[in-house]
Amino acid sequence: MLKMTNLSKTFNPGTVNEKKAIEHLSFQLEDGDFVTIVGSNGAGKSTLFNAIAGVFYADEGSIELDGQDITYQPEYRRSRVIGRLFQDPLKGTAPHMTIEENLSLAYLRASRPGLAFFSRVKASEKRMFRDHLALLGMGLEDRMRQPVGLLSGGQRQALTLLMATIVTPKLLLLDEHTAALDPAAAEKVLEMTRSIVAERKISCMMVTHNMNQALELGNRTLMMDRGHIVLDLKGQERSGLTVEDLLRKFREQAKRSFNNDRILLSTVEGE
Amino acid sequence: MLTLSIVQNALEVGFIYALVALALFLSFSTLNIADMTTDGSFTLGCAVSAAVCLMGHPILALPAAMIAGALAGFITAFLQTRLGVPSILAGIVTNTGLYTVNLAVMGFSSNLSLFSSDTIFTLAEETLEPVLGSWDRLAVAVLITGVVCLLTVRFLGTRLGISIRATGDNPDMVRASSINTSLMITVGLCVANAMTSLSGAILAQYNKSADINLGTGMVVIGLASLIIGQTLVGRGGMGRSVLAVVVGSVLYRFVIAIALRMNVPAECLKLVSAVIVGFAISLPTLKNWVAFQRKKRAAVRGGRE
Repeated sequence: MLKMTNLSKTFNPGTVNEKKAIEHLSFQLEDGDFVTIVGSNGAGKSTLFNAIAGVFYADEGSIELDGQDITYQPEYRRSRVIGRLFQDPLKGTAPHMTIEENLSLAYLRASRPGLAFFSRVKASEKRMFRDHLALLGMGLEDRMRQPVGLLSGGQRQALTLLMATIVTPKLLLLDEHTAALDPAAAEKVLEMTRSIVAERKISCMMVTHNMNQALELGNRTLMMDRGHIVLDLKGQERSGLTVEDLLRKFREQAKRSFNNDRILLSTVEGE
Repeated sequence: MLTLSIVQNALEVGFIYALVALALFLSFSTLNIADMTTDGSFTLGCAVSAAVCLMGHPILALPAAMIAGALAGFITAFLQTRLGVPSILAGIVTNTGLYTVNLAVMGFSSNLSLFSSDTIFTLAEETLEPVLGSWDRLAVAVLITGVVCLLTVRFLGTRLGISIRATGDNPDMVRASSINTSLMITVGLCVANAMTSLSGAILAQYNKSADINLGTGMVVIGLASLIIGQTLVGRGGMGRSVLAVVVGSVLYRFVIAIALRMNVPAECLKLVSAVIVGFAISLPTLKNWVAFQRKKRAAVRGGRE
């Protein structure tokens, strides 16, 4: 469903700060895949996501989504079919607008642009928003007219998840979306992610710094290093793999040890 | 000390200028852009309105001025969203160019007189004066501003309005929600400058003259009204915010009227506006600073004891 061919992106080319963030990367995502992505600092995980989402255009290579070439499609166009969650829970919602307004903005994806712009949110849609909010079990359905800025980080991230999936996207990109939350909220948001993705069979890519999570969730794990995908684990090879196995495989592939302070911390803690 | 005619005048002008404050509510408060096009597009509204009035179409003058203003807004938005000019500079560039355009609209003279031609106010006088007496001009101003305010509130409740508001609030989120932020900024600035021009257009007909310098400092006057309104009426839903804008604009005119009664020379009024705006915008920072100094002094004293 998602096919990247020979994708490259270099930041600040020709300067001392030149950084080849991803290099000749090719990768294919199958329908319904839930891929977890781990990698050391600066491996190119976020760059990969930004390239897929269209935050910038790739220098080289092409991206295809569901058979359609989206390499040069602007970010807002791709957003019609690609849902995104960022690490920072503040990034996904408009703080001075109400929960209802935020949701109706996300729900714009359901209508063709044009005349729909001049319509107002219908009562039936508000009821639908309410039902969706109730499913989160956070009591947000009774606070629909409150500004989102009053919500906690966990609540905002849960709302963002709802906004990203209220119109089922073809692809969901999760960039460490639980990393900035407290453990209880992180667990809750992760659980919601798992159930929404499974229920609606959304193809999903998730960057995580938690190795256990990377192996537990989804059906496929990618490991990235210096702009390349160094490991692509699925099926038999992946099941039964431990974090130690994963780190060892990384050392063999990358010819050096893994460096991501956060990953090492979370592994030591034995989360 | 305030005579009836002064009160009437403050109300009339207050309602007319409220449209500028409303435009700034859209660009400054909502889209988070300090739109420097405002001065120029206000004068543009004056110029277009006066020129069309002289052709004998005072009512047509208003939509004509709005279209001209929207075009000015479009140029600023184009510079900003497509050509990467920083937003403040984009406004200044358009504003500078508009000076010549405005002169050209007025036939390269620095003012136009409408004393011998019809205006919306003289037209209204014929029908309204028998009923309302000397309040006829206020009725016209309230009617136009009221309609524009209602339309604005309606507009901000549509999906387009919500998208524009979100663009000012969190552009990342808007792009991730499949909305084109450049388009939203363009629409917002076009609508805002159309309103500013409309205000200029009405004022030219009200004053029975258009002057090339009429718009100078308009952005500061508009902001002063906006901030006075938001401080006193507060911000809440869109309806309340729009009401605040109108209240602020009228109050600002009363402040000016009182200042004039207290023999503050007219030349000083711009300075008064600048001081009000400078003070009002820095108020939150000043408050924090005072609170911090108090806390620090208390802590130092506490440490000594």
